[in-house]
Amino acid sequence: MTSVLQAQALGKKYGSRWALRECTIDIPAGHIVGLVGPNGAGKSTLLKLAGGQLEPTAGGISVLGGRPGSTPAQLAKVGFVAQDTPVYASLTVAEHLRLGARLNPRWDGAMARERIARLGLVPAHRAGKLSGGQRAQLTLTLGLAKRPDLLILDEPAAALDPLARHEFLQHLMEAAAERKLSVVLSSHLVSDLERVCDYLVVLVDSRVQIAGRTDHLLATHYRLTGPRRDPGRLPAGQYVVSARHTDRQSTFVVRAGDPMHDPAWTVSRISLEDLVLAYMDRRTAEHRRVTQEVQG
Amino acid sequence: MIWLTWRQFRGSAAMTAAVLLVLGIALAVTGPGLASRYAAGIADCTPNDTCTDFFDRFFGEYQIPFLALTLVVLILPALAGLFWGAPLVTRELEAGTHLLVWNQSITRARWLAVKLGLIGLVAMASAGVCALAVTWWSDPLDKSAVPEMARMAPVVFGARGITPMGYAVFAFVLGVTLGVLVRRTLPAMAVTLVAFAAIQLAMPLLVRPYLMPPVTSTFELGRTNVEGMVPQDRQGGAMQVFLSTSAVPGHAGAWVLSSDLVDPSGRVVGGDRASGPSSTIARSVPVSTTSGPCAPRAGLGTDACTAEINRLGYRQQATYQPLERFWTFQGIETGTYALLTLALTWLCFRRIRTGLS
Repeated sequence: MTSVLQAQALGKKYGSRWALRECTIDIPAGHIVGLVGPNGAGKSTLLKLAGGQLEPTAGGISVLGGRPGSTPAQLAKVGFVAQDTPVYASLTVAEHLRLGARLNPRWDGAMARERIARLGLVPAHRAGKLSGGQRAQLTLTLGLAKRPDLLILDEPAAALDPLARHEFLQHLMEAAAERKLSVVLSSHLVSDLERVCDYLVVLVDSRVQIAGRTDHLLATHYRLTGPRRDPGRLPAGQYVVSARHTDRQSTFVVRAGDPMHDPAWTVSRISLEDLVLAYMDRRTAEHRRVTQEVQG
Repeated sequence: MIWLTWRQFRGSAAMTAAVLLVLGIALAVTGPGLASRYAAGIADCTPNDTCTDFFDRFFGEYQIPFLALTLVVLILPALAGLFWGAPLVTRELEAGTHLLVWNQSITRARWLAVKLGLIGLVAMASAGVCALAVTWWSDPLDKSAVPEMARMAPVVFGARGITPMGYAVFAFVLGVTLGVLVRRTLPAMAVTLVAFAAIQLAMPLLVRPYLMPPVTSTFELGRTNVEGMVPQDRQGGAMQVFLSTSAVPGHAGAWVLSSDLVDPSGRVVGGDRASGPSSTIARSVPVSTTSGPCAPRAGLGTDACTAEINRLGYRQQATYQPLERFWTFQGIETGTYALLTLALTWLCFRRIRTGLS
């Protein structure tokens, strides 16, 4: 299977601060990929690097086998819906479609018009007067009608109310299935991604914590609850994602290849949200470092 | 891309066109009248040799529109830099729309090339049309202007001929470049204004005088270069001569860079105590003011005294750029701005390819 996004030791520095570092990742084609992480984790940076809006400071990135943003052909293959879904306030909806038609060789005008009509957007309205949800739908239409192989969306639903968000993601999913395109979208809301994504990348503190198919992730992560003990004394072959201790009890989220059969522990399945939260938890991030040092 | 550029720019373009049209009509209506008044005046004054007086009257009468039009042509390029150049990229960055347009199937270089090309051409054409119309209208006034307002004079030179086109396209690209560097509209506009004003001041003060080696020559004193003279004190040993710093005899309209009085041995004459008319320097010449042609009591007038000072060997020594070099200078200066524009364009393309997100 081909890759939509491949990065080797990718890094981006703003001044002296790394927004993204040592990012090595290989996302296969045909997925709806969720990029999740707290605000400021580097999600936008990674997506902008993939869209060719930014140049990497270190390492390399290739999208659909090409250097992002380098040529018109490469730009034509990748759709990008930016954060806050910007549109030209003084241009009408119809003029935005015209812009798309003028600037994209693979433009699907009939589909764009049909979509706008179905959404109830008035072509003669100025884009500056649209609601947040309508604006997001307009930029999604621009992104889809370009007929890209990969559509990147940076927090597309962040500014929308729950209903509009649901509708937006629904449309996105339908369109992706219909046109067999790969999608990468970022969000800090796991619940959004849980509904639409079948592949997940967790980004915390400008580093990729884990990446993989959601079903695979769910199958390899467990919550262990038992009497208090050190993470170092867990069975071999397990990677501690997070650890919480009360006076008597320890709760670990671990990643393990094989199912657990230890009578000392209560083993339970974990939801995607809890899995992501475990990776996002800062205290555990520190703890994990200590653990790794002990093990190393 | 041309469609999008035009769609985003058409409002400004229409407004500019309207303003230029009104200006053009006003000039077209009043221009012929001005030219015929000038022709009639010349026909009147030539027989009795009073053209200097006619020039003074004629220029004095139209001084205000003359200065206003000159100012318009000087300001126009700055407006192109401020309102077309600086916001070109910053407006997109501030609205986030650069992320929309730079993710269509078109490279940023192409986007910038069309924007710079199209709007740069409009800026150049507007300034060119405006400057040529004003040059045509002002022709009779340019011919009768006082030396400080002649066509080669720093203020007027930049508002005539083809240089405004160079200024306009330069100011536009300067605005775009500073916008790309500063990234915010208002600061970019402020920096553009300051930078462009500084360059427009530096050019006539520091660069233009030396575009070609100036001519240095000595001239006899006469009505053109002596604005008046008074006895220096009661003792009667010297005459205070007010020497023009902006005119030399026989080269009407020349841009005088320096002018001073030298004695027969070629040394510069001192003396600057008295204050005379503007654009003059006061120089004291040792000549008797109690007897001879320079004595007020002799009643021979200034011309006799001037002749006496000339006889004694005093001369005006001046460095100047003659009016014949007007079009050469226009060409060199426009070319200089074109080169600067190219350099800025290159910088712009470099920055926009790598430096913006």
